[in-house]
Amino acid sequence: MANTILVVVEQREGKLNRVSWETITAGQAIAAGTGWSLEAAVVGGNAAAFAAEVAAKRVAKVYAVESPKLEPYTPDAFAAGLKQFIAAKQPKLVLMPHTYQVRDFVPKLATAMGRTVISDCIGFKYDGGRLVFTRQMFQGKLAADVSFTSDAPWFATFQNGAFRGDKAEVGASAAPVETVNVEISDGVIRNKPQEVFKEAKQAVDLTQAEIIVAVGRGIKEQKNIEIAKRLADALGGDLAASRPICDSGWLPMDRQVGSSGQTVAPKLYLALGISGAIQHIVGMKGSRTIIAVNKDAEAPIFEIADYAIVGNLFDIVPPLIEEVKKAKAGA
Amino acid sequence: MLLKILVCMKQVPQKDAPLKLNESGAWIREDVSYEVNEPDAYALEEALRQREKHKGEVVVITSGPARSQQVLREALAKGADRAIHLEDDKFVGLDAFNTAKAFAAAIKDESFDLIFTGLQSDDYGYAQTGVILAELLGLPHATIIMQIEKTDGGIRVKRELEAGFFQFVDMPTPAVLTIQSGINKLRYATLIGIKQAKNKPMRKVALAEVQSAIGENLQKIERLYVPQKTKKTEHIEGSPGEIAKKLVDKLRNELRVL
Repeated sequence: MANTILVVVEQREGKLNRVSWETITAGQAIAAGTGWSLEAAVVGGNAAAFAAEVAAKRVAKVYAVESPKLEPYTPDAFAAGLKQFIAAKQPKLVLMPHTYQVRDFVPKLATAMGRTVISDCIGFKYDGGRLVFTRQMFQGKLAADVSFTSDAPWFATFQNGAFRGDKAEVGASAAPVETVNVEISDGVIRNKPQEVFKEAKQAVDLTQAEIIVAVGRGIKEQKNIEIAKRLADALGGDLAASRPICDSGWLPMDRQVGSSGQTVAPKLYLALGISGAIQHIVGMKGSRTIIAVNKDAEAPIFEIADYAIVGNLFDIVPPLIEEVKKAKAGA
Repeated sequence: MLLKILVCMKQVPQKDAPLKLNESGAWIREDVSYEVNEPDAYALEEALRQREKHKGEVVVITSGPARSQQVLREALAKGADRAIHLEDDKFVGLDAFNTAKAFAAAIKDESFDLIFTGLQSDDYGYAQTGVILAELLGLPHATIIMQIEKTDGGIRVKRELEAGFFQFVDMPTPAVLTIQSGINKLRYATLIGIKQAKNKPMRKVALAEVQSAIGENLQKIERLYVPQKTKKTEHIEGSPGEIAKKLVDKLRNELRVL
């Protein structure tokens, strides 16, 4: 399997994670650039059940990597099972989505193989026979081109949204599927995971909101949340926040937008005092229009904003509330 | 049973510090303000709370130049019992694999029941060092932890999954946990704590002492740069009143949300 790219897709709770298609798209793009072949693997207790769906995409082959010990997910079993499979197949490059599950096992897997992971990448460049991966650094303020200095297999994970899942090309005919049974010895698995659950029903569903006013650290104090609330009310929108605000207990967790909160795509996302850390951006970059108010002209939020206002939100928001009210009254 | 907890901490540039590239083009200029990596602050807080509940010892460790000792001083002032500082400028350039190896070498004569790290750092953002350290030490691990309870023979932790899902995991100790921000409420250092910190033990570990444990980096930052904008951004300027008027005009006539 020399010069092969292996995409390990993710299935959770008996469903293929949609972000897997993004990684297939990434794999197809790297394969097109390098001329390497592309294969995919599904991992689990009954991985073969998902293999056909993956085999419809333009890949050379799909492996169903199976063991009863792979259900439920544990990092010990996934690292052991994939190590066995990858050591046997020797792909040059192993790609996965940067999900919470992958973050949980892939550093262990790579370390067990004496290799490294370039994690949370947003793109790649292939130039003069050299493959480099692009990733964000310093919370998105800077970007870096990172290369492997070790032998293959190389491991890389891609950030949610880095590639378009709907652009994954379909193959002319279904790719062959091979089931590979991996042996995971007794005693390898040390963790005992319980059932996955959701906290008491989320009271607020931001995913359906058309207008969101979101606050970040720039709001400074809990009592200042009120000013954002008044703007949201004037606009007829919902109030949301970045993680630190919810961590501080200033707003409940169900108001949180970002990788650990809700993913939203409103018509208007008005970000007040949000710097734009990657974890927040992934939850709102699909918004149709983004307006950002921040006093730091270099805040990463401005990279994705349609309208940028560099200034103090406490100066800008009060007249804005008045103007919105006036406009509504006149309408 | 007493709990011995190690907290791995990192000093990172302050969140709103303007960053400039250095001559190499592969790292930033060092003359910025620094602070503790936020998730690491939560990891420390959790360790202190566990010690208050079960008794034992909290040890903090970091690697980096002299400036990074500040992180350990603050941790000692908040209540950590002692600190380990792997002190050398070169530690900044190590990849996650080598950083974990250096930590493993520095603590080889100790045995901790629990090792905490923040879930990721605000500078590199690898989200890897804790998990790698677990593998190097042969310990079980769990990531993105929001709750820890001692059980008979181990711990029960609450893992945060994506999209509002959670999962409890029972696991044996010793174990490595990566801690999510917001797991607890951070405390402030007290004046008496700051005073006492000066007399708490700080073990310095030179690069030479762990050099044999670390190898060449397995990955390399070739170039660091300001990201290219993919979006056309329109700046709205003027007095606050003018900005408000211009914005409302956009909201009404271009975005049609008013």
